[in-house]
Amino acid sequence: MSGAAVAQETGGVKVLGTRAPREPHLEIQGLRVSYGAIQALRGIDLTVGRAEVVALIGANGAGKTSTLRAVSGMLKPAGGKILLDGRDVTGLKAHQLVPRGMAHAPEGRGIFLNLTVEENLDLGAYRRRDTAEIAKDLEYCFHLFPRIKERRKQMAGTLSGGEQQMLAISRALMSRPKLLLLDEPSLGLAPQVTETIFRTLKEVNERGMSILLVEQNAHLALQLAHYGYVLETGEVVMAGPGRELLESPEVRKAYLGE
Amino acid sequence: MNDLIQHLINGLAAGTIYALVALGYTMVYGVLKLINFAHGDVMMVGVYMGYATAGHLGREHQSTFLGATLVFLLSMAGCGLLGFLIERLAYRPLRDKSRLTSLITAIGISFTLSYGFQLDIGFLPGASPRAFPEIIKPHEWIVIGDHDVIIWNWQVISFLIAILLMLGLQILVFRTRFGRAMRAVSFDHRIAALMGIPVDRVIAFTFMLGSALAAGAGILYAIKDTAVQPLMGLYVGLKAFVAAVIGGIGHVPGAVAGAILLGLTEEFVVGYAGDVLRGLGAVLHLDSLGVGFTGSSWRDAVAFGFLIIVLLVRPEGIFGRVTAEKV
Repeated sequence: MSGAAVAQETGGVKVLGTRAPREPHLEIQGLRVSYGAIQALRGIDLTVGRAEVVALIGANGAGKTSTLRAVSGMLKPAGGKILLDGRDVTGLKAHQLVPRGMAHAPEGRGIFLNLTVEENLDLGAYRRRDTAEIAKDLEYCFHLFPRIKERRKQMAGTLSGGEQQMLAISRALMSRPKLLLLDEPSLGLAPQVTETIFRTLKEVNERGMSILLVEQNAHLALQLAHYGYVLETGEVVMAGPGRELLESPEVRKAYLGE
Repeated sequence: MNDLIQHLINGLAAGTIYALVALGYTMVYGVLKLINFAHGDVMMVGVYMGYATAGHLGREHQSTFLGATLVFLLSMAGCGLLGFLIERLAYRPLRDKSRLTSLITAIGISFTLSYGFQLDIGFLPGASPRAFPEIIKPHEWIVIGDHDVIIWNWQVISFLIAILLMLGLQILVFRTRFGRAMRAVSFDHRIAALMGIPVDRVIAFTFMLGSALAAGAGILYAIKDTAVQPLMGLYVGLKAFVAAVIGGIGHVPGAVAGAILLGLTEEFVVGYAGDVLRGLGAVLHLDSLGVGFTGSSWRDAVAFGFLIIVLLVRPEGIFGRVTAEKV
């Protein structure tokens, strides 16, 4: 064992360092997801603390996207429990979780290409009635991403990939979530755009939003994250504070190409 | 010239009725990617509901403004409920199954309604056609020349009702919060759910709306055609389906345009195809060409021929956009 990290093995999970104590916002216990006979998640445990950024890293097919989908109600778990603010929300449908403060910017961005940019943003606030506050949040999104403001009357299908990703994040913010689930926000983006997006994530997190982030770019994700989990073939194999995972030889070898 | 005007008027009147039915096809396809083949039969049930309501009102009241309105509203409400039940009981349980399963179910419901209504037990009406009551007493509204062009009051009323319903729908879909939700569900219902949109409710409402429009259209059709029979839904439904595909299925203004185009085409075939053929025969010295030809017998052939041409040349429909099939 190299470095200062204290490692211990608990139930096959290698846990590095110590985690700053926080009130739990999202708790996942023994979550299992299967697609027919294929098990995508084999019982994972994971916690997101309040106002914490948690990164989920791992190879393709490790179960990262399935985790987010099960949490946001896009698919029904085959087993396990999901607690939001201490309350069991397992099996609730996606539209029921939105009013409870959850927003999911899904894989592939999920922009409604047949609607305008503005209509996409309005849909983000579909369950809200506080018109004045919605207008404020819209201004905030425009402040974060001036490009989106310029294009707000355009059909969303005419946006570039980077602009669509900005729109996806803005739209998720429009529900004023307490917990934001993000699936691969950097995928296919130019480095400057990725940087803008990660700066934004840091900013909204500092305002108190909890974030569960799935990301291919382990380096970026672990730099931002307070805590991280490494997923391998449907199981958590390693966990630890972002910085310590970044420095661990296993992560460096497997996910940072060193 | 007068002929032409008369055919234009008749074609428009028929086209707007097709349009109302076509809108139901296109809306349901929009949110579910399902061709609801039972749609025409829901319309037929609506016509019978109107028939029954008018019967209860009696000759004296059925043709008053209030009576006729009641006939429309009750059958639209009844069909809305029927559409809700069909979606809830037949389509929703199959939503995650293959589309073919839903399609076969739709055909099954279509046959259940159209053949079930031919039974002569209980409230079911039996197979023989009945005369639809005159809820709008027909009179000639505008007469040009010596009855060269006649515009009937019911043609005008039916045109106005159809336009009103279409405008209402256009506003609902493109100007309201709920319409935005419908369009979102139409694009991708799983993403729509992530916005907090109650997808099941949106789909149920879309079915109810489409079915209610079909009932309104059916009554207008019955006023024009004066007859009611259980198989009318198959026929009108098929025509409206053609109209929706011609316009680009899933596309609201496209369905209206396709339906009006179809109505006009049919009317012009009835009006002029015989003359054209006979004229061609005279030029080519083929005296037999076009003899004994009546346009009305060719009307349906031309309508479906039109569909085939559109599918060959522009399969996405006149107004539809090419979309890559999502896998």
